[in-house]
Amino acid sequence: MAEKIKLYDDAKCTACRGCQLACKQWNDLKAGQTKNTGTYQNPPSLQPNTYMIIHYQDYVNPQGDVKWLFRKEACMHCTNAACVTVCPSGALYYNQEFKTVGMDRAKCIGCKECVAACPFEVPRYDSKTDKVYKCDMCESRISNGLEPACVKACPTGALKWGDKEDMMKIAASRKQALGTTASTYGDKFVGGTHFMYVLKEKPDVYENIHKDPKVPLSVTLWKSWLKPLSLLAAGGVVGGSLLHYILHGPKRPDPETNDEKTEGGK
Amino acid sequence: MTNHWNDFQNSDVILIMGSNPASNHPISFKWIQKAIEKRGAKLICVDPRFTQSAAKAHLYAPLRSGTDIAFLGGMIKYILDNNLIQSEYVLNYTNASFLVNPALKLPGDNKGVFSGLKDGKYEKDTWAYQTDADGVIKKDKTLQNPNCVFQLLKKQYARYTPEIVSRITGTPKEKLLEVYKVYASTCKPDKAGVELYAMGWTQHTVGVQNIRAMCIIQLLLGNMGIAGGGVAAMRGESNVQGSTDHGLLFHIWPGYISAPTASLQTLKDFNEKRTPKTKEKDSLNWWKNTPKYSASFLRSMYGTNATLEEAYQLMPKLDDGANYSWLMIFDQMYKNKFTGFFAWGMNPACSGAHSNKTRQALTKLDWMVNVNLFDNETGSFWRGPGMDPAKIKTEVFMLPCASSIEKEGSIANSSRLMQWRYKAIKPVGESKPDGDIMSELYFKVRELYVRQGGPLKEALTKLTWPYGKKVGNEFHYEPRTVAQEINGFFLENKRLENPTKKGEFKEFKKGDLVPTFAWLQADGSTSSGCWVYCGSVGEKGNLAMRRGTKDTSGIGLYSEWAWCWPLNRRIIYNGASVDPTGKPWDPRHAVIKWDGEKWTGDVPDGAGNPGSGRPPFIMKPDGVASLFGPGLADGPFPEHYEPLECPVEKNLMSPQKNNPAIKRFDSDNADSKMDVYSGVSSCDPRFPFIGTTYRVSEHWQTGVLTRWCPWLAEMQPGMFVEISQELAKERGIVSGDKCIVKSARGEVETTAIVTPRFKPFNIDGNAIHEVGIPWHYGWITTADRKYDSNDKKPEVNTFGDAANLLTSTIGDANTMIPETKAFMVNIVKKGVK
Repeated sequence: MAEKIKLYDDAKCTACRGCQLACKQWNDLKAGQTKNTGTYQNPPSLQPNTYMIIHYQDYVNPQGDVKWLFRKEACMHCTNAACVTVCPSGALYYNQEFKTVGMDRAKCIGCKECVAACPFEVPRYDSKTDKVYKCDMCESRISNGLEPACVKACPTGALKWGDKEDMMKIAASRKQALGTTASTYGDKFVGGTHFMYVLKEKPDVYENIHKDPKVPLSVTLWKSWLKPLSLLAAGGVVGGSLLHYILHGPKRPDPETNDEKTEGGK
Repeated sequence: MTNHWNDFQNSDVILIMGSNPASNHPISFKWIQKAIEKRGAKLICVDPRFTQSAAKAHLYAPLRSGTDIAFLGGMIKYILDNNLIQSEYVLNYTNASFLVNPALKLPGDNKGVFSGLKDGKYEKDTWAYQTDADGVIKKDKTLQNPNCVFQLLKKQYARYTPEIVSRITGTPKEKLLEVYKVYASTCKPDKAGVELYAMGWTQHTVGVQNIRAMCIIQLLLGNMGIAGGGVAAMRGESNVQGSTDHGLLFHIWPGYISAPTASLQTLKDFNEKRTPKTKEKDSLNWWKNTPKYSASFLRSMYGTNATLEEAYQLMPKLDDGANYSWLMIFDQMYKNKFTGFFAWGMNPACSGAHSNKTRQALTKLDWMVNVNLFDNETGSFWRGPGMDPAKIKTEVFMLPCASSIEKEGSIANSSRLMQWRYKAIKPVGESKPDGDIMSELYFKVRELYVRQGGPLKEALTKLTWPYGKKVGNEFHYEPRTVAQEINGFFLENKRLENPTKKGEFKEFKKGDLVPTFAWLQADGSTSSGCWVYCGSVGEKGNLAMRRGTKDTSGIGLYSEWAWCWPLNRRIIYNGASVDPTGKPWDPRHAVIKWDGEKWTGDVPDGAGNPGSGRPPFIMKPDGVASLFGPGLADGPFPEHYEPLECPVEKNLMSPQKNNPAIKRFDSDNADSKMDVYSGVSSCDPRFPFIGTTYRVSEHWQTGVLTRWCPWLAEMQPGMFVEISQELAKERGIVSGDKCIVKSARGEVETTAIVTPRFKPFNIDGNAIHEVGIPWHYGWITTADRKYDSNDKKPEVNTFGDAANLLTSTIGDANTMIPETKAFMVNIVKKGVK
C-alpha cells in the first residue's frame, strides 16, 4: 500500500453530482432544507452534513466565450495539515498508509481550532453535536481496497484514485493535453494535497478557490515554534526550579540583618 | 437507438442536438469521453441554452427552439453543394436514384406545402414512385434525372442558404458553417459521426421531421450501420424502450405491428394490409413475414382457446382514422367521455401538456385507480390548488406498487438491451409488484364476465394467463414465465426447414422454445408475445441474465452481456457497414467481416453473401433507406415550419407558417375553451418570449419519485427559470428573485437564475428572448400545502408546481407528442404587474 491521491479533472466533470450523492449515502449524511438562490449549487457551501459540494460557475472569458465551470470542493487532505497540527485531542490525524487526513469524531472536543486553522476553510462545526465534520477520504473504504465513494460514482473518469506517482503522471499529461491555461492545483502548497485538481482554466478564474493556501503562520509559530518553545521554557522553569532545590535546598527565611536604617529623627 | 451506448466511443464527431446528455443521460458521457480521449473525437452541441453538455463541447452553437429543420436543412445543402457525400453508399443503399411522380410539387414551388394537401391532410398520389410495366420502381443510377430523389433533395434544400437559416435560427452564420464543416467531415468511409437526440427534437409539431432531417444527413454521409454512427435516440425512461417494444402505445401491437382498424374485418384483411410488398427482386423485405408474427402474437394471447381468426376477432380495433394518443385521451376525458381511468405508474397532472386542462379532466371521472410508489398530484388531484373536494365526484383508489428493486423482471434500455433485474428486498408494507396487481385485477374482471356475461366476454375469458402461481391468497406473477411467453413456444410438434440453410430440417416438440423469429409460423403452430424478442430465451436459458464482459470485436460490442433485440444484433443495419462487394468501408472498425464462409463480428443484419446485391435496409420494403420518405403525414422531405406559438410574424422559409398537418383542439366545431393558444397568427404582446422546458440530473420526469428523496430535493429544491442577463435587466430581475412565468394557459412561480448561458436571439434583426424551466416539480411536496394526519411529509420540501401549467395541447403531425419545447410566455418579478 502506498501514498495515494484523488485526482479531479474539471474538464471531464459534467456536474452530474453522482459524487455528491454517493458521499451522502456512504457517510449516511442527512439532507437539509435548501432553497434555490439563483444557481444549481446546493447546499450553498460545505456543512457538517455535506462533506463535498459541486460548484457551478458561469464564466465569460476575455474572448467573450461563455463557459460553465464546475469544481468539486472538499477536504484537500494536506501533507502539512494545519488541522492535524492544531488538533489537541488527536481526532484529526494522518492516515499512515495513504497520507490522507482521517477523522475520529469520538475524540473531537469541539474546540474549533481546526476550523480556524484550515487554509481551505473545510472543517464545519455542528453546535448540536459539538463536533466538527469533514471528508475523511472514505477511510473505511480505502482501508479495504476500495476507492472513495465519489470516485466509484463518477461516470466520466473525472475522479480518479490511485498511487501518488501514477496520479501525478496523469495530472501532468492532462495538463499538457488541455492547453496553455491548464494547471494542476494542490501539488505546490501545504506540502502537496491528496485531493488534487487538474484545472482547464487559470486558477484565478475559479470562484472561491483558495489561491495561495498556507498553513497559517500562527499555527506554524504556535504549534511548530512557540508551543515547543513554551513547553521547553515551561520545562526549563520546572527543571530549573528543581535543580535549584537540589543544589541550594529550600528557601529559608533570610537571617536578621542590621538594617543601617536611619531611625527617623534620632 | 440504431447503435448502442458503448458505441459512442467509436465516433469521430458527436453531435448533441435536441438533447442534453451530460445532465440527463450522465453515464453516456463515459463513452463520449472515451471517444474524445481515444479517437480525438470532436463534440458539437447545438442548443438554445448553454447546457452542461455544451460545457464539455469543443463547439457550441445557439439555436432558437423549434428551428432545427432550418439548421439541418442548411447542413444538407452544405453537404450537397460541397459534394461531401459517401457516393457509393448513397447510390447503392438509399432511394437517391428512385424516380418520383413528376407531378410532385415541393414547398418552394407550392406556397410552402407539398402537393396533395386537402383539408389538413395529404393525398399522396403525387408522392409515389414511377414504376415500369412490371411495377418495378424506375431509377436513374446517374442521379441526374430531375425527378430522381437525389435531384429533388437538392432542389428542396437549395432554399436553405446559410443566410436565411441564420435569420431563422438566430445562429450566427460563421457558427453554422463551422458546425456543418466539422460534422460533414464524417463523410469519409473511415470516419463516423453520431447524433444524440431526445425530447429536444421530438416535442415539436415537426418532431418526426426533425429526426428525418438527421436521418437524411446520416445517409448522405454514410453513417448508418457503421461503428460510431447511427441516430441515437436516447430514451427518457429506463424501460420506455421496453414499453414501446411491447406495444403499450395505442397504435401498435408488440413488435411494432400496426394495430388493426375496424375496417380490417378478418385476419386475412389485416395481414394483407399490414404486410408490405415489393417488386425489387433483391430486396429481402423482412416485414413480409408479418403474418407469422401476428399469428404468433394471437397465440400468445389466447393460446389454443380460440382459432387464429377468432382470436383476431376478439382483439380490440381502432376506429378508422381515430387517434387515441395522450392529448386525445385527456381531451375526451375533459369532455366527459370517460368514467374511469388507470393512472398506472404515471403522473399526468404534472406530465401532461396543459396541466390545468388535465387536472380539470380528472375531475370528470367517476373513478381513478392510481398505482404508484408515493402520493402524487394525480391521485390527489381533488385536493390540489384550486380544487374543491366537495364538488368533485371522483373516487380514487391508491394502490401502492413495488419499486424496480423490490421485484424481478427486465428492463430494455435505449440500446435495445434487455437486462434482467433481480429482487433485492421485499416490497414495503402492502405494496405489490405491478404484475401481481394486474393479474389480480384480471382474475376479478374475468370472474365477473364468467358470472354475469357481457359484450365480447370471450375477449377476456379466453385469455391464457399461466404467468404465475397462487401463494395463499395472493397471485405471484412470474416474470421468468412471461419472458418465455414473449420469446415464444411451439404449440405442436413440427418439422421445419431451416430458413437460413436450405435442405436442413429440424424437429420441434410441443413446448419447445422457438430459437429465433426466423422459425415463427403463420399457421398458428407457434406463439410469441413479441416477435423482436424471439431468441431471448432458449436452450441456453434467459439470455437477458448474461453478464459476460468479454469483447472480441474491438469496437465494444460486448455481445455476451445480456441480450438485445433483434437476435442480439448490437448495431442494426450493419449490412450497410460493408460495400456492395462485402468489404467493410472501414476495416479498422469493422462491424461485420466475411471469413470466406460466413459473416463474423456482430450478428449480420440483412447482409446477403458478398456480391449478392441484396440491399441492406431489410426492414424497408425496397431494401434501401429513405432520403425521400412518403410514409409520413406531413411531407416526404422535412420542411421548416414555425412552432404553433412562435415569436415571429412570418415563416421566412415560405408562406406556410405552421405545419399544415397538425391538429388543433380549438378548431371551430370544438367545444373546448380550455385550449387556447397565443402568438399563432400574429405575435401576442402578452406573451413575447419563447418558453421551453427541460430537465436536471437530480430529478426525473415529474419528480414523482425524486422529490421524495431528501438528497435529491436538497440539491435541486425548487422550480427555477433560467433567463438571460439582458432580459433580466429589462425586467429588473436578479438571481434569486421570485418570478412568475405565464402563458395563455396558466402560470407558475419560479426562482430566477440569471445567466449568460441564455442569450437573446437575433431573429431577422429582432432580439427574441428565450427562457427555460424544469418540469420536475409539483405541489405535493411543497411546504405550503395542507397535509392531513396520515399524509407523508417530505423530509426536504420542494418549491413550485408543474411546468406543464404553461404548455399547450398542440402535437406533432405524426405522433401527437405535445410541443412542450417551444411555446410563448411572459415573465415578471413576483409582486410586479
